[in-house]
Amino acid sequence: MLRIECPWCGVRNEDEFSYGGDAAVDRPSDEGSPDEWYDYVYTRNNSAGKHTEHWQHVNGCRAWVIVVRDTVTHKIYSTVPASPNLPTGKAGVDQT
Amino acid sequence: MTQKFRTTDGGLIDRNRPISFTFDGKSYQGYEGDTLASALLANGVHLLGRSFKYHRPRGILAAGSEEPNAMVELRTGARKEPNTRATTIELFDGLVAKSQNCWPSLSFDIMAINNLFSPLLSAGFYYKTFMWPVSFWTNVYEHIIRRAAGLGTAPTEADPDHYEQCHEHCDVLVVGAGPAGLMAAQAAADKGARVIIADEHVLLGGSLNSEDLTVSGKPGNDWAAAQVAKLSAMDNVHIFTRTTVFGYYDHNTVAAIEKVSDHVAVPAPGKPRQRMWIFYPKQVVIAAGATERPLIFGNNDIPGIMLAAAVRTYTNQYGVKPGSRAIVVTNNSDAYRTAIDLHGAGVTVVAVVDSRTHPDAPLAAELASLSIELITGKTVGAAGGGQRVAYALLVSTQGDTEEPQRIDCDLIASSGGWNPNLHLHSQSGAKPVYNEAIFSFVPGQSRQAEVCVGAANGSFGLQECLDQGLAAGAEAAKLAGFKGKNKKPPKAGDDGDYSIEALWISPTPYNKSYKQFVDQQNDVKVSDVNLAAQEGYDSVELLKRYTTQGMATDQGKTSNVNALAILAGQRGEPIPDVGITTFRPPYVPVAMGVFAGHTVGHEFMPVRHTAIHDWNKKQGAVFIEAGLWLRARYYPQSPSDTMTDCYIRETNNTRNNVAMIDVSTLGKIDIQGPDAAEFLNRLYINNWLKLPIGKVRYGVMLREDGMVFDDGTTSRLGENHYFMTTTTANAAPVLSHMEYYHQTVWPDLDVVFCSVTEQWTGIAVAGPNSRKLLKKVIDIDLDNAAFPFMAVGECHMNKIPARLFRISFSGELAYEVNVPADYGEQAWLELLEAGKEMGVAPYGTEPLGTMRIEKGHVAGSELDGRTTALDLGLEGLSNRSKHFIGKHNSARPAMLAEGRLQVVGLKSLEPGRNLRVGAHLVDDKVTLESVSQSQGHVSATTFSPSLGCSIALGLLKDGTARHGEQIDAVFPLDDEKIRVEICHPVFIDPKGELVRA
Amino acid sequence: MHYSALSLIKHALTGNRGWTRAWRNPEPKKQYDVIIIGGGGHGLATAYYLARLHGITNVAVLEKGYIGGGNTGRNTTIVRSNYMLNANSQFYEHSMKLWEGLSQELNYNVMFSQRGILNIFHNDAQRDAFARRGNAMRLNGVDAVMHDLDGVKKLMPHLDFSKNTRFPVTGGLAQPRGGTARHDAVAWGYARGADRLGVDIIQRCEVTGFRRDGDKLLGVETSRGFIGAGQVGVAVAGNSSRVFKMVGIKLPIESHVLQAYVTEGIKPLVNTVCTFGAGHFYISQSDKGGLVFGGDLDGYNSYAQRGNLPTFNHVVAGGVTMMPCLARLRILRQWGGVMDMSMDGTPIISKTPIDNLYMNGGWCYGGFKATPGSGWVFAHTIANDKAHELNRAFTLERFREGYLLDEKGVGATPNAH
Repeated sequence: MLRIECPWCGVRNEDEFSYGGDAAVDRPSDEGSPDEWYDYVYTRNNSAGKHTEHWQHVNGCRAWVIVVRDTVTHKIYSTVPASPNLPTGKAGVDQT
Repeated sequence: MTQKFRTTDGGLIDRNRPISFTFDGKSYQGYEGDTLASALLANGVHLLGRSFKYHRPRGILAAGSEEPNAMVELRTGARKEPNTRATTIELFDGLVAKSQNCWPSLSFDIMAINNLFSPLLSAGFYYKTFMWPVSFWTNVYEHIIRRAAGLGTAPTEADPDHYEQCHEHCDVLVVGAGPAGLMAAQAAADKGARVIIADEHVLLGGSLNSEDLTVSGKPGNDWAAAQVAKLSAMDNVHIFTRTTVFGYYDHNTVAAIEKVSDHVAVPAPGKPRQRMWIFYPKQVVIAAGATERPLIFGNNDIPGIMLAAAVRTYTNQYGVKPGSRAIVVTNNSDAYRTAIDLHGAGVTVVAVVDSRTHPDAPLAAELASLSIELITGKTVGAAGGGQRVAYALLVSTQGDTEEPQRIDCDLIASSGGWNPNLHLHSQSGAKPVYNEAIFSFVPGQSRQAEVCVGAANGSFGLQECLDQGLAAGAEAAKLAGFKGKNKKPPKAGDDGDYSIEALWISPTPYNKSYKQFVDQQNDVKVSDVNLAAQEGYDSVELLKRYTTQGMATDQGKTSNVNALAILAGQRGEPIPDVGITTFRPPYVPVAMGVFAGHTVGHEFMPVRHTAIHDWNKKQGAVFIEAGLWLRARYYPQSPSDTMTDCYIRETNNTRNNVAMIDVSTLGKIDIQGPDAAEFLNRLYINNWLKLPIGKVRYGVMLREDGMVFDDGTTSRLGENHYFMTTTTANAAPVLSHMEYYHQTVWPDLDVVFCSVTEQWTGIAVAGPNSRKLLKKVIDIDLDNAAFPFMAVGECHMNKIPARLFRISFSGELAYEVNVPADYGEQAWLELLEAGKEMGVAPYGTEPLGTMRIEKGHVAGSELDGRTTALDLGLEGLSNRSKHFIGKHNSARPAMLAEGRLQVVGLKSLEPGRNLRVGAHLVDDKVTLESVSQSQGHVSATTFSPSLGCSIALGLLKDGTARHGEQIDAVFPLDDEKIRVEICHPVFIDPKGELVRA
Repeated sequence: MHYSALSLIKHALTGNRGWTRAWRNPEPKKQYDVIIIGGGGHGLATAYYLARLHGITNVAVLEKGYIGGGNTGRNTTIVRSNYMLNANSQFYEHSMKLWEGLSQELNYNVMFSQRGILNIFHNDAQRDAFARRGNAMRLNGVDAVMHDLDGVKKLMPHLDFSKNTRFPVTGGLAQPRGGTARHDAVAWGYARGADRLGVDIIQRCEVTGFRRDGDKLLGVETSRGFIGAGQVGVAVAGNSSRVFKMVGIKLPIESHVLQAYVTEGIKPLVNTVCTFGAGHFYISQSDKGGLVFGGDLDGYNSYAQRGNLPTFNHVVAGGVTMMPCLARLRILRQWGGVMDMSMDGTPIISKTPIDNLYMNGGWCYGGFKATPGSGWVFAHTIANDKAHELNRAFTLERFREGYLLDEKGVGATPNAH
């Protein structure tokens, strides 16, 4: 059971969250080239090891968070809010 | 019904509470505290089943969950449990058990003939034959193999019992309540940590109950009982009995199964059969003990050949004599205790046969004092007997060149050494390492917050167990944040030192060959392991897969290390170089029911009802699933009404008069903020910056890959206030999608939004008389000029606060009234009442579907995730001069190329023959049998009451340019073919005059 | 050494001492015409067909562990060709035809059992979607039968047919030629077949890098030294991204873990392969008697080869809901495999931006049934430096261009395929 520490709600089970995929991809601007848009939508680093990824606390506060997790051991290193603008008491959680 | 093989006294059974049970139809008696295995042994029953492949007689090898042989079908009917280990079944009154995998009877089993053909049935034999003739595999050979395989038979009725799932947090979880576990729990609890201690058995104490040991000068079982009493009295300790921890998962979560009612015939009312626990400990102390491995010699599977420690358990804990004339055969010091305990129970011990030439002197002396013969440097080369062991043949460990020494006996207690139970440790991600001192694997470096102690750590002495348990419990509490001084461990009575020399396979008696079983349950022999290695299946995983060693229901608990050692011998490499297979959960087989818990059957998924549901139900509406929602599909007016009767009537009433439908299931999202319009502008392909207050707009959203994601209307209610609707199916995904973009991509946008799907009831009022009806109840001006098509306004419906939208899915003059959901049913009733005089009636999703097809509105079956706005005829809405999600990828070459499937209308050209969804569109040259390229398919069909013929929407290759052509709609599954005309998808009112009237 | 009933008898009489290795254990040569990276079913099948059909025998298969140790040995053994999109339908049907003669072709019994596969459905919308698929199958020459409730009852008598369940069964789409095969045997059979044609199968040989000269590969660096190659084919599904990272190619793939489970062995209970329509659950019974089943991905990127509890619970709940008598049967083992989840749910069997490097991957969780067909077209692609008609659509470039093969229509969300 992955245990993800939501910056707002505390440590919760993975089944309260939904996975949003690689958070290290940058969305191109409207002027972006077709290659940039292809990369953004389709190609992934898919690293074996530390992976920066989006999760949504979908059955909780509904915040999107950025989790750094090892894809081999599943160890979570940190969980921070995806949005800098949501009100929060603390700026993310170090789960190491 | 005498229990001839009970000891005269002793044991932890209650001799005042006899229990009756039957095995294979015969009645027996045991005592409370017995397992089925111990009770059968007390009655002299050693033959319990037949083996998997050769149907050899099999008895009881072990005394716990490692048992490979003694499996029975427990209970009958819907509660039948095949493959249940007799060694783990607590005896209860009325217990019924039956042997498995034998015919016509356990003692005479026809399939035992396989035994004679065993050279043919060597490892992997089935890969080498059964290939001719080709069709015979599925039809003949496999049929026979399948019937022969498997062990027990499954119940076929639904399980009448139920199962629970629970969660519990703690500071320290202790797995196993033997001496190490009890000490660990005590040490952690003394520091104030919240402790959970779980054990498979109902009687806690582990080996203290089955061995003749002392702690603090007390008999071990008394000390354990006192210790358990002490722990029970502590508020911060939760003791779980009959609870097997079976899985160690990520982030230190641990799963266990509690057998709440397996020790009774039927669960008490309200009680589950079993309960799954998910524990969330900060620290885990694994005190799961060790499993003895048997020695491997010829015919080592005959009933009456048992693990040495199991013999002690039966003797000491259950007061059972597993035989009358015993031989103990060993390569280590531990089994000597079996001889001593058997002797104490009055069983004749003919000899202790120790393969080592220099056994431990104190043990030798103790045997001598009891006049038990000690034979060293020899071992059992083979056993003999039919359905019960009758003799042992002794050989020198160096191999012999003469006839072996024969000793008659009816019990062989065998010990090949001990394997720490590393399952949980390995499941936690750690890698066990080989230890030369005990010739087995011990825990490696921890990967999660766990530590193994006592026998699970390869430390078999009682004092070591107590010391390690105490230290680990104290350390675990400290790591969990608790302080306090460590106490001193109690003093264990002397139980000698464990010493062992390797003996993996006994030499066979001179000039003879025997079956030497490695994996007794799957009938894997030493020769099978050797053959696998000889043929190149020589890695530990290939060996396992080729021979099936370790893959039976015991998962090789007693056979894995032996097999590994034999393979290492074959490869001529040290054991650690050969490696070890991965331990997979669960530690013991666990019923599927407990994983499912209560979310089964009707509770598999929740059901969602709208506010109108009860009324619909009272009307006798027929419902249809829409995601988790139940929607009224149509409303029969009499028992003879068919769906066709109903939807035609309801459609006609809508088209010609006025009708109402509950549309509350549409997703609804309230959006507010200065940047709301900009947000919508990026979400939808169309323009939102200039939508006036009081207006509704239809919008289309794409996914980032350019495919249409969802459609719906969004209304502007105020300066910075918008109200979005989504399709029923996409309500949740659209909300998450919006949250994703708002929080991760455009956090700078000043907008907030939330789902209000459940807060509003939506009622569409459609038909030429809809304005007339609504004028009676709505308090704003509804004249066309004042409230035109695509207008929205706040109003009251009678006294109910409401929002009114002038939108239409049916293509008729129509409105949608939204009221707070608590007023939903009231609003519905008031509308019905107001429209009574004009004949208003409800309509369901079936006529709704008909009307949307007639009107050419695309819906879920066209928005199938592979269509673009262009394919759907919606590209005209898009504004490519602004940015929106999916803009760039919807302009890729393939999205604009020829050959894409595009929405078309289809009309049956064959009167009386209706088109069907799922039919494909093909050229008339195509026969039903030919391999072809489908040109498209029929996505939605109806018999149009308005047009009087069967019409459809479809997706057709380059369809937009093909209006007027004819094509075949084929349905090969039913050998159907209908000629159709391709047409514009809007069948009625193409200019949209009705909705604007 | 030929396998037959006769050879079994002959060797039984001599104590089974005469059996020789099923494949050799050779030292790697300095140079091969073709190196296949990955000794799973696909890699071994590719090597076999290169030698058998294209006369290319100077071939090595490099495997970092033991052959068949990845997804070949971890899947739920289902074989089917019941696809809707033409490219998929035709490719998988080709594979199906190869399955139908595979034991004889390889002289190794892969226990291909055409007991049928049944997809049950629970409402009209599902029925319509299955009709579209079933009709597409028939038009592509694939067998498909639509069953009503009675038909389903005959094939799967122990499902919950009561009205009191959340999603009552209303019918099913069957492919009678579908079924199961013995997964390990497929790897072993191809290994033995390839070996007999001269292919070197080299286990415990991990590829650690590529040596290249511009857009051309010279060979591979391995844990056993450099090995030169004229062409290199990669068939390492689950780990494709890791291997291609070594040549700087970022793939449209994510790795996800898929769990599978088996119960204790029981006498025959489930006689076809059956999938649940109201939740993700599929089940069949192995010849040994265990019920083999699976369901959804765990849902997040993972290389862990093991899964977690929420998916486990959810899958089993689907199973017990579909078939309530399963509740008392016990689960023996839970395991996981790492899937190459492609961005449209369809595999990639393709040339790559590097001239003599070829890719076979992106199998999502459908790779096992494709094994013969995959090897067959991949061998063709390598031998001819050009895709076969059957894998023409499975290019790496299709994502950039937009020629997607999205059977499920969920788009670029790999964990949803």
